[in-house]
Parts: sequence; C-alpha cells; structure tokens
Amino acid sequence: MKELDTIQKRLLEEVADLHTVPEGAYNIRANGESAGRRSTENIEITSKTGVSGLEIRIKPFTKNESVHIPVVIAESGLKEVVYNDFYVGEGADVVIVAGCGIDNCGSQDSQHDGVHRFFIGKGAHVKYVEKHYGSGDGAGKRILNPVTEVYQEEDSFAEMEMVQIKGVDDTLRTTKAELAGGAKLIVRERLMTHGEQNAVSKYEVALNGKGSSADVVSRSVARGDSHQVFDAKIAGNAPCKGHTECDSIIMDRGRILAVPGLEANDTEAELFHEAAIGKIAGDQLIKLMTLGLTEAEAEEQIINGFLR
Amino acid sequence: MDILELKNVSFSVADESSAKEIVRDVDLSIPYGKLIAVTGPNGGGKSTLAKLIAGIEKPTEGAIFFKGEDITERSITDRAKAGIGFAFQQPVKFKGIRVLDLLRIAAGRKLTVAEACEFLSLVGLCARDYIDREVNASLSGGELKRIEIATLLARRTELAVFDEPEAGIDLWSFNNLIDVFRRMRDGMDGGSIIIISHQERILNIADEIVVLKDGRVASRGSRDDILPTLIGTSAAVNYCVKIDPNGR
Repeated sequence: MKELDTIQKRLLEEVADLHTVPEGAYNIRANGESAGRRSTENIEITSKTGVSGLEIRIKPFTKNESVHIPVVIAESGLKEVVYNDFYVGEGADVVIVAGCGIDNCGSQDSQHDGVHRFFIGKGAHVKYVEKHYGSGDGAGKRILNPVTEVYQEEDSFAEMEMVQIKGVDDTLRTTKAELAGGAKLIVRERLMTHGEQNAVSKYEVALNGKGSSADVVSRSVARGDSHQVFDAKIAGNAPCKGHTECDSIIMDRGRILAVPGLEANDTEAELFHEAAIGKIAGDQLIKLMTLGLTEAEAEEQIINGFLR
Repeated sequence: MDILELKNVSFSVADESSAKEIVRDVDLSIPYGKLIAVTGPNGGGKSTLAKLIAGIEKPTEGAIFFKGEDITERSITDRAKAGIGFAFQQPVKFKGIRVLDLLRIAAGRKLTVAEACEFLSLVGLCARDYIDREVNASLSGGELKRIEIATLLARRTELAVFDEPEAGIDLWSFNNLIDVFRRMRDGMDGGSIIIISHQERILNIADEIVVLKDGRVASRGSRDDILPTLIGTSAAVNYCVKIDPNGR
C-alpha cells in the first residue's frame, strides 16, 4: 500500500476507525488516487472505466466479510465525483464501511461527491456505515455531496448508519431507496453542524413490495449560525410499513427545517412521521450540574448522548 | 459547627402585580451525622427549600452556609463539587445517555461495570438488565426514581438531599427504599441526609424531623417528640392510605 502522510492517516482514523490496513477487502483513495486495494475470494473490487469509481461485487452467500472504501483528501482545491457500485449477491451478509475525510488548510474549496449505488440481492443483509469528517482552518470550504441509491430485492435487509459530526461546511445528502416485497430498510442518520455550515439531507424511499418496511430516523444538532434541512419522503405503494423521524436540538442561532413527507398509494400502507425540534431541556442541564458538571460540560454530555 | 446552616432564608417569586413568598425567614441548622426529615403540608415550601440548598434557586434574602462557608452565591456546579448531592422529585429523562453514563458522571470517574452494578443492586435493580438502558421514557417512574437514588449513592457526598423520594414509586420499591435509607443512615460516616417526605415510615427512621408550614419552620425536634404530633395529618401519611384513601 502507498504510504499515507500524517494528516491522511488522521483522517482515515476519523472516518473509518482505521489505524492500519483493514481486514478483508478494501480500497483506500487518497487525494484523488488509489492508495491501496485488496480483493478477496468473495469480494472483488475493480476500477470503473470511463468514470472515476469502483465496482464492488460480492458473491452470493458471502458471510461475515467486510469492505472498507474510505476516501481522504488533504489537498486544497481538489474536486472530484466518484461513482461506486455495490453488487451484493443473494443471501450474502456483509459490512460495508465508507466515509470521507477532508482536511483543507488552503483557500480553495475541496469537494468530494460520492455516488454510491447498492444492488442488494434476495435475502441479503448489508450493514453500511458512512462517516464524514472535515478539518483544517483554511478559508477554502470542505464540501461533501453524497448520493446514496439503494435497490433492494425481495426479503433483503439494509441497515445504514450515516454520521457527519464535524467540520463539513456544505453538504447535500441525497438518499433514494426502492424496496421489493419483504425488504427492510433501517436508516440512522446523525448530523451536527456548527459555524456557518449548511446541511441538507433528503430521503426518498419507495416501498414497492408487499410487506416491505422502512424506518428512517435522523438525530441532529445545529449550533452556531448553521442551518439544516431534513426532507424525508416515504411512499407506500403496496401493503407496507414506513416510519420517518427527525429529532433535533438547536443551539445558539442554529436553524432547522424539518419536512417529513408521507405518500400512501395503497390502502394497506401504514405510514408514520414524527418531528421534534427544540433546545436542550433546562432540567437536563440542571440535573447534570447537580452531579458536578459545568454547564458547558453538561451540554457536551447531552449532545454526545443524543448523537450516540 | 453544623454541616449546613440556613440563616434567615426567604424566597419569593414575583409576577406583575405581587410577590409570593414561598420560604419565609427560615433559620435551620443541620448537624453532622444526622438523618433529617423535612415534612409538612403540600405547598409549605419543602421542595423549594431543597432547591435552595442545591443552588437551583437562589434565596431572595438570607444566607446559606455549607461546612462553615457561605455558599449563597455559589452555582449548582460549585455546590455539587463542594459535596452537596440532590435527588430530584421528578427524575430527568435523557436521549442517548445510558444508566452507566449517568452513574459515571455522578461518581466523577470511570466506574467499572461491576462498580456501577453495585449501586443499582443497592436500590433493588437487577443491574445487568439496566446498565446499558437509556435513561428515557422506556423506564417506568419507579425505575427512574431508583436510578436517581443510585446516582446519589454513586456520588458519596457529605450531604445528600432527597426531594420526595417516594413520589411515583410502587409499594415494593418503597419497602426497598426504606432499607436503602436505613443503610445510608447507618453508614453515614459523619455526613448528613435530608429527606423531604410525607411518609410516616421515612419519618420513622429520621433522627430529627422539621415541619415546614406556610414557608416557615413550624416545629423541629427529635423523631420521638415530633412524630406523635403528626400522625393522622397530611405531614405523615401511611403509604397504603395514600394509595387508597379508604385503606383497603
């Protein structure tokens, strides 16, 4: 594997909890180039032709294997669009860890737009973990616009954990999913914005098959002068169950717009949405202060717990 | 010197037209090594008194001394660090903070799971079932209350103030609670406990009883002197009578 510098290594730790080369299949992309790759017997990673990106093919019935595809950018002014396609074979059970860390100390914007498409075969189970992180104090922005598309065949199960806690200036997150009969999707999004940051997170989930279900839950914190939009739409096109929830804390001068949307196109579709936005409850702060924390420490504990 | 002294403490809340005095000119000293129960009718100022001690409210007049030091202007945090513990009447719920996290914050150090479990066992909770649970509405009122008390045990403060610990808990838990307080009393090691309560059985394990009425100390004395004067009044309620007014 190509040697990474200290900043790149730190970013890699932040987004993928990786200190060294991961177990299983991986591809590490650093400053727009591949810094290392490994395929395994069951998981094949190849480069796309024509556009930048990867094809990841997971053989049917592959069990307990993982794929890591972290991206780190430590170069100011680098802008890239990457297309990664995951083909998950029938009955497979895998963990996919993606994520992008940008360190921008320069004056030009750095941007990574990752377009991830998942084709999840019959009965397969995918746990997808995506972490986004930005650092560096240059005037150049750190911009991430991930697009995630999920196509689930019958009885497949996708769990998606998407976290963006720090340092990303501008983000437009788009997640689309189409579910066949009996398929299940669980999304847990954690988002924190601060400073002048702006984050928009959009979901469009189509429950197309009988017995399909989706549970999309976002927890977010907007601090400083930041602004967030959560726009989640679930369409029930068959007898199905859908639930979307946005639970947010606003602090300082933060602003949040939550737009939960439900569309029922079948009388047997059961759809629910919940949205709550508010500041940290005063009694929570007081309780932790009676345990000896300062107000600032109490706030941190409450937020850490909330975004756990 | 007493562990806690309230000198001419008053507290009033003002609205546009008038001021309402909730605590009036209270002089109260709490000696070291005692369990003191504070009772009295509803609206008598008991909970406010507890909040004044913890620093959640500040007196409009008077001064509060803890171990001889004037803490009247000290913050909640400073008082907590100085050694005052406070258990809420209505335990606070959180999102994402687990029982273990709360106990660790209370102890001020990274308790091991085994240590944390000990505190939960003391309040009658089967520790393994609770340690990873979030302190949220999925727990019953009684469970939250017992966790609240466990956090105070984990703090090991010199002064522990419990605001109506029996409120909202079932009879079985209540029996356990009496045992917890009895054990705390026996193992106090010089510290003191103040329990705000109407419950006869809690008053019955106190060294001294303070009766607060209309914001003033109406009487104070040893349990043997005060308790007989309270039986049958709302200041000393029998637990079952409270659940069922006809005592069935």
